[in-house]
Amino acid sequence: MADKVAPKSHASGKFSDPKSEWPLWEVFIRGQHGMSHRHVGSLHASDTEHAIKNARDVYTRRNEGVSIWVVEASNISASSPSDKGPMFDPSRDKVYRHPTFYDLPDEAGNM
Amino acid sequence: MYAQMVKSTGQAVRTRDDMTVEERAFQDRIDRGEKIEPKDWMPEGYRKNLIRQIGQHAHSEIVGQLPEGNWITRAPTLERKANLLAKVQDEAGHGLYLYCAAETLGVSRDELFDMLHTGKMKYSSIFNYPTLTWADMGAVGWLVDGAAIMNQVPLQRTSYGPYARAMVRICKEESFHQRQGFQVMLTMARGTKDQKRMAQDALNRFWYPALMMFGPSDKESVHSAQSMAWKIKMNTNDELRQKFVDETVPQAEFLGLSVPDEKLTWNEETEHYDYSEPDWSEFFDVISGNGPCNAERLKTRKKAWDDGAWVREAMLAHARKSRARREAAE
Repeated sequence: MADKVAPKSHASGKFSDPKSEWPLWEVFIRGQHGMSHRHVGSLHASDTEHAIKNARDVYTRRNEGVSIWVVEASNISASSPSDKGPMFDPSRDKVYRHPTFYDLPDEAGNM
Repeated sequence: MYAQMVKSTGQAVRTRDDMTVEERAFQDRIDRGEKIEPKDWMPEGYRKNLIRQIGQHAHSEIVGQLPEGNWITRAPTLERKANLLAKVQDEAGHGLYLYCAAETLGVSRDELFDMLHTGKMKYSSIFNYPTLTWADMGAVGWLVDGAAIMNQVPLQRTSYGPYARAMVRICKEESFHQRQGFQVMLTMARGTKDQKRMAQDALNRFWYPALMMFGPSDKESVHSAQSMAWKIKMNTNDELRQKFVDETVPQAEFLGLSVPDEKLTWNEETEHYDYSEPDWSEFFDVISGNGPCNAERLKTRKKAWDDGAWVREAMLAHARKSRARREAAE
């Protein structure tokens, strides 16, 4: 359902004609007031208005949301799995960014 | 199970020594319980196997709307009608979640539909049986959704991320389906003599087709062995079928109905029920297109798709025109 940022390189040309299929949209729902929108899945729709209507029917049948965002999947840029190391490893060894790194005497109280 | 006899590579599971470096790293990730995501490297066999399984699962949800849709206009009360409408709408939703998961593997939605419509991809054999009376709505919810849940709960842990997430959503929504079905059965089983007879008749007709949903024994299937190594399949067909029988028989007793199997007995030793296998020649007949409703289901499905073509085209044309107008105004 999610992650429609996958390359479409495997699709055979015959049926994947973008001219005849409704474009793909990613759907984000705000569950309750105060929470951020969260990716819930994707769907096909002809335009933004249609995408929001479909998102309502497909992803909020049980009162799951108070707000919907939709974005055409082709407009999403994503980091590449092969960059995982260089992208995220540098933050791994910086334990001093976490509060538990700093040993303080108990007498100092809660901090 | 909504996916039956899904083909894998057709070869024995490879030993670590026979794997390429990439394949070995991939299998290690699966063995560690990591999820595979759409852009990650995956063996071509894994990708194809998943498209077949998720596609068949999605098609089953979509075609599965038809036997129940048959009773929406004839539900006995407004409440039952609302329940059934909600259930059928859920099936459509579940089909959509699953098509989206399949699409992350590089197959398009239209391509999947085309494979359904031309018979290149299957849907579950169960939906090729007719729903003759209102009691069948009870039996379908109780037994068919019950069997589907049995299969889908473990699939929430499947190795492919988008499939697992779709399964989580589906399982959350599906338990109402089984409960509403059981309640229909309960009401009829405790109703008039005729109603009870209808409930028993529905159980008689749906029992063996429900057992067939899990597919024939796959203890020796190379396809299943590979699917299990890849964590696309979590249990053998026999394991799931036994679990279903063990859970369902006491429910039938609670309803005061009898399971149509003279050999059915509790086995003290194994602590499971011994039961009769369904007629597998019937299963192979139905899955290869010769069941009581195969032609009708496919015809109805194709007609819906063809009749909707002008709507799909019109909406796209409208979207293009509006965009052109907007861009011209900017």
